[in-house]
Amino acid sequence: MDDRPAHLRALEAESIQILREVAAQSARPVMLYSIGKDSSVLLHLARKAFFPGRLPFPLVHVDTTWKFRDMITFRDATAARFGLDLRVHTNQEGLRQGINPFDHGSTYTQVMKTDTLKQVLTEGKYDAAIGGARRDEERSRAKERVFSVRGPGHSWEPKRQRPELWTLYNGMLAPGETLRVFPLSNWTELDVWTYIAAEGIDVVPLYFAAERPTVMRDGQIIVVDDERMRFEPGEAPVMRQVRFRSLGCYPLSAAVESDATTLDALLAEMRATRQSERAGRLIDRDEDASMERKKREGYF
Amino acid sequence: MPDSLLRVLTCGSVDDGKSTLLGRLLAECGAVPEDVLAGLERDSRRWGTVGEGQLDYALLVDGLAAEREQGVTIDVAYRYFETPRRRFILADAPGHQQYTRNMVTGASTSDLAVLLVDARKGLLAQTRRHAAIASLLGIRDIVLAVNKMDLVGFDPAVFEEITAAFTALLDRLGEVRLTAIPVVARDGDNVTGPSARMPWYAGPSVLAALEEAEPRPAVPPAFRMPVQWVNRPDHVFRGYAGTLAGGRLRPGDLIANSASGLEARVTRIVSMDGDRAEAGCGDPVTLVLDREIDVSRGDVLAAAPLPKRAESVDAWVVWMDETPLFRGRAYHFLLGTRSVIGTVTEITTRLDVDSLTETPVRELALNEIGRVSISLSHPVVCETYAESRTLGGFILVDRLTRGTVGAGLVTALGAARNEVHWQRLDVDKAARGALMGQRPAVLWFTGLSGAGKSTIANLVEKRLHAMGRHTMILDGDNVRHGLNKDLGFSEADRVENIRRVAEVSKLFVEAGLIVLVSFISPYRTERMLARDSVEAGEFLEIFVDTPVAECRRRDPKGLYRKADAGQIRNFTGVDAPYEPPENPEIRLQTLAAAPDALAEQVVQALRERGLIV
Repeated sequence: MDDRPAHLRALEAESIQILREVAAQSARPVMLYSIGKDSSVLLHLARKAFFPGRLPFPLVHVDTTWKFRDMITFRDATAARFGLDLRVHTNQEGLRQGINPFDHGSTYTQVMKTDTLKQVLTEGKYDAAIGGARRDEERSRAKERVFSVRGPGHSWEPKRQRPELWTLYNGMLAPGETLRVFPLSNWTELDVWTYIAAEGIDVVPLYFAAERPTVMRDGQIIVVDDERMRFEPGEAPVMRQVRFRSLGCYPLSAAVESDATTLDALLAEMRATRQSERAGRLIDRDEDASMERKKREGYF
Repeated sequence: MPDSLLRVLTCGSVDDGKSTLLGRLLAECGAVPEDVLAGLERDSRRWGTVGEGQLDYALLVDGLAAEREQGVTIDVAYRYFETPRRRFILADAPGHQQYTRNMVTGASTSDLAVLLVDARKGLLAQTRRHAAIASLLGIRDIVLAVNKMDLVGFDPAVFEEITAAFTALLDRLGEVRLTAIPVVARDGDNVTGPSARMPWYAGPSVLAALEEAEPRPAVPPAFRMPVQWVNRPDHVFRGYAGTLAGGRLRPGDLIANSASGLEARVTRIVSMDGDRAEAGCGDPVTLVLDREIDVSRGDVLAAAPLPKRAESVDAWVVWMDETPLFRGRAYHFLLGTRSVIGTVTEITTRLDVDSLTETPVRELALNEIGRVSISLSHPVVCETYAESRTLGGFILVDRLTRGTVGAGLVTALGAARNEVHWQRLDVDKAARGALMGQRPAVLWFTGLSGAGKSTIANLVEKRLHAMGRHTMILDGDNVRHGLNKDLGFSEADRVENIRRVAEVSKLFVEAGLIVLVSFISPYRTERMLARDSVEAGEFLEIFVDTPVAECRRRDPKGLYRKADAGQIRNFTGVDAPYEPPENPEIRLQTLAAAPDALAEQVVQALRERGLIV
């Protein structure tokens, strides 16, 4: 009857149970939709969890205005196709101040992503934000809970995490607390792609290899997505056959050279690859415990 | 591609080489990317303990920055890897006694446990604890990795002696399948492949043992499904969503709501990929029934034999909070998808997990495991933990912090107590109160010693009495001369003290009286307990708000002087805390008005609430 690999069925079952639990336990849940492959899987699982009903929560996308154009096209097409209640938020104050990834580095991420997200969650009075983060992404995430409590100001205190037993998720909150819920906690990057293949889930075309205009920055390949890219004197974009393993804001997401133009080729490459997916995210490399520090400050 | 998923608990302390074993397992299965390995080389130079030029695999798995610095594994960390045969989820739990709660957490979701022992040390108290906890949590498959075999000269006699001792231990724990393996985690002997240095060992490597294990966790043979979500997209469709916690299900099957016993047939098993012909244990489903039988979240749909309803449970409780567990304390009790209030009625013994013996106790401290009886505010459909992890495992949640403070394993359902039936009476409290021209209520005066609680309560009662109202006053000091004279001032006794007073207040409310309780009652949880013993609107918390400096100045009974001199211990406001009410119905600021005016304020509040006319 169900000939999908047993481990994918087990992971899917776990995620669906978590999604139903957060919807039942929270007063105002919301799903954070980041357009990437993990969000695509999360959305697919949520549609399964509540089928034939609609999603019992809205989706929120924090748009920094520096996402790849393909991502925005994909986002709007997905929202239309599934009739989603998608709410897009941009930090207008940041825009007015001209905060951008070229001049402002980590301040840019703080203002346009982290602060905006906190603001959206606070103003929307959302008590639970569902995200697509996985524990295998980064070492400090390995100890993150599925139902992760954030204190006032959305701060994360690793030493005060609630024990999480069986499949009993405690979504009760004290005043000022909110929840982050991670239904894909136990998935790996390879699981995500095998599931995408098994279920025929659509993803942004940027994950597949194509000839794209690129420049090199600190040994990383950066794709030139629009006219806002800044060139060194005398520099011109070079066409390279590249794809992305992880998508963020375009001048901060590095591409990898690849010939994987199909899902099968991509899976074969995944099984052979020896680089972690966050190797291509420039923001994670500033110092050893950078992710843990960012999370304490409220980064998703 | 892997064809199954195995959840594995790994336990042992840093000294046993557990992190080294895990790190090597992950690295050799290709689960560690090159850039992470490069990071490991950098970390090994900075924090490593294995010597110049070697990779310290332990650093791969010790996650949080604080842990890397201190060299201890504090929390449960989850690791993922796969082989061509199987996908693995490792719950990596710390070994020390102070982290028992973390190990219990990791064990709760695991099918198999890998226990590490140091070949030089053999079985330690810690090993017994790990085996006992794994067994208690229902793990029936154990891989014993006897590490550091190089330091005992690869001597098979040492390995066999440890294995025999461990087998003897397992005999006391019940049915467990054991695979013992001699390893050198640092060098990789018998980790993923055979060891040339131990040709005398013919069994599987650790990895092979994990690939071959076929654990069978306890699940009920008959269909069970706690309802998570009622799916009602329109007026026509009504589906019950949940995950199967036992048995199989096909359209046409006869099932029932275990709470009511009402039966229905399953007409459809709905999924986004089309209706399903069958569902098995662990599958998430949405069920359509052939008739309306009133089902909501928290109910359990089941096939015969139906699980029972319990009004109380006996359970092993693992305590996970800094504040100890006392008799009389009430918590949110979460089991399956049901949430009720559970009150601890008895704590009998504590399990000494090192010696596997039980000692009588009255409270459970952090990381202790004990036998506890809990009475439930509403009946809960459940089974014993031995029958079902899903319907026999519960958590206790603190009612103020909302943190998870305990985990429980049901050992018996409160069937005996079900025999003490509640006798329905025709004359109720409303009828009794009406005869007296009043609505019964509890006026709960809380505040520091010397705040003026008894003085004001006395004045209020005099006024009510003069108005022809029927009252009763319960004074904290006075009840200690009779009803509560067997209780001291320990935290456990204070909880019991309040519980009894709350119960007596409830009886007086049933009698139709306005009850005035004058009690320091320093803890919010206990006042909440008192509030819950009567119905909503019947409890008025009156905070007699006097600063501690003023109480100390008044000191009508000379108690502050004695406390300061160390003659009285646990004195509220001196060496014990007072938690002021956050939202009292009435707040009386004694520095701002005279007792008569404050008493009038209380009487006025009773009029406004329609309790008296």
